[in-house]
Amino acid sequence: MDKIDTGSTAWMIAATALVLLMTPGLAFFYGGMTRAKSVLNMMMMSFVSMITVTVLWVLFGHSLAFDAAGNETVNKFVGGLDAWGLQSLITTATSDEGGMPSLTFSAFQLTFAIITVALISGAIADRAKFGAWVVFGGLWATLVYFPVAHWVWGGGWLTELGIEDFAGGTVVHINAGAAALALALVLGKRKGWPKEPMRPHNLPYVLLGAALLWFGWFGFNAGSELAVDGTAALAFINTQIAAAVAAGAWLLVEKLRDGHATSLGAASGAVAGLVAITPACGFVDPWAAVLLGVLAGAACAYAVGLKYKFGYDDSLDVVGVHLVGGVIGAVALGFLARYPFLDGQEQGVLYGEHGWRQLGLQVLGPVVVGLYSFVVSYILGKVIDMTMGFRISEEDEVNGIDIAAHAESAYDLAPSHSGTASSISAPVSDIKKVEADA
Amino acid sequence: MKLITAIIKPFKLDDVKAALETFGVKGMTVSEASGFGRQKGHTEVYRGAEYKVDVVPKIRLEVLVEDEDAEEVIDVVVKAAQTGKIGDGKVWSTSVDTVVRVRTGETGAEAL
Repeated sequence: MDKIDTGSTAWMIAATALVLLMTPGLAFFYGGMTRAKSVLNMMMMSFVSMITVTVLWVLFGHSLAFDAAGNETVNKFVGGLDAWGLQSLITTATSDEGGMPSLTFSAFQLTFAIITVALISGAIADRAKFGAWVVFGGLWATLVYFPVAHWVWGGGWLTELGIEDFAGGTVVHINAGAAALALALVLGKRKGWPKEPMRPHNLPYVLLGAALLWFGWFGFNAGSELAVDGTAALAFINTQIAAAVAAGAWLLVEKLRDGHATSLGAASGAVAGLVAITPACGFVDPWAAVLLGVLAGAACAYAVGLKYKFGYDDSLDVVGVHLVGGVIGAVALGFLARYPFLDGQEQGVLYGEHGWRQLGLQVLGPVVVGLYSFVVSYILGKVIDMTMGFRISEEDEVNGIDIAAHAESAYDLAPSHSGTASSISAPVSDIKKVEADA
Repeated sequence: MKLITAIIKPFKLDDVKAALETFGVKGMTVSEASGFGRQKGHTEVYRGAEYKVDVVPKIRLEVLVEDEDAEEVIDVVVKAAQTGKIGDGKVWSTSVDTVVRVRTGETGAEAL
């Protein structure tokens, strides 16, 4: 193995764990926003992403995203297959002069793939067949995430063009946001939306989830430098600045518009700020992080209302927060990037001679990735819907998907009167299945 | 005998309970209830979307009293529960045919 930088490697292992924690954090963030009768399913959609994507990552995911071997033309669009099973990574190191074991890099990137898939699930709360979601998640990771990660980070055609995405504004947030919009359209509105109230059932969960996301995001952004240096420090502080400022901006919009600064607004604003700073965090000055926070917090606070205007049921606002926030960050990067630690980098409009060209690239990335993700997701969703069915029955939806999909309910608050579980007669496996009337 | 039923604001329960005890009422039943009157409920806002919550939390308080005490008990409850603002609640009485103390089998006024 090549030389290993122990400091960087130690940080990257910690950062990897931080990013993985974001997915359970997302489960709480999303779970709290659903109704009590479907919180488990919402959280399970995040948890099962960890399972599916991990398996695919080992088999061929890392390879498709980061393996540079193979035909040069093909390699512009998708990686090779030399790293299948991760076998070839065991004794190698990533980066030439003192890097980290390639397996550490692989694990770090795996956690990104996981949360990107999980993010999509927020658009289809309460109504997607669990099996259909698992199939979709696996196919989407294979056909969309792995190739797009290759385009932007793995040496693919967008890398060659010179597009910049420090920690995944385009690869993660725009990618997931566009897929979320496609799935919301394929599955249709929840029964009763938008007339029936579908209030979040547990805002403390939402705050807990947002807090875990915020915490994990330091690994997401500062870890994306893949080293311990000035850029990592810049990414770290910018992450904090944008999150806090955006949360404040969202609260201010709410106070002025609706009369109350809400807890859901604080949580949403923090996430919007984190999304927007993600592509730019290692490239811009702290004052620019403040500006990005203001922009993202205020714009996303308005963007979440789009679904009522256009009539698509993006249940938990994946489009309004991740797609819109991601686009803001990716494009603003074209204006604000100064690259304090990188010489010879094409700076943004504010600093560079050829800033407008870079800005053009920063617009092209979101458009291309957004369109690709939307189209493939829409087709995948439709195919799944026509074959195995993507949506649960109306009866199951009204009763709550938790019991239908998982034979569990989240809360047992009044067991003494409920009588719902009066006796345990035998293990489930011993009970003969009673055929329901067709 | 009369059954006095009062729907009151939850924060007024202690006042009403104390006033009824001072009056000499020996027992009561308290339950959590929800509903609305003319004021309807309240509005909650989630990510800018307004939700009307039309039933609000209330306390339902029930007291069994002898016929001659009924008017006065109603008065006591009204005075103790009143804030003067919308949503204070309602009190009404209904006639009761029979009351039996489960422990002893006593009936009528003795059972109160």
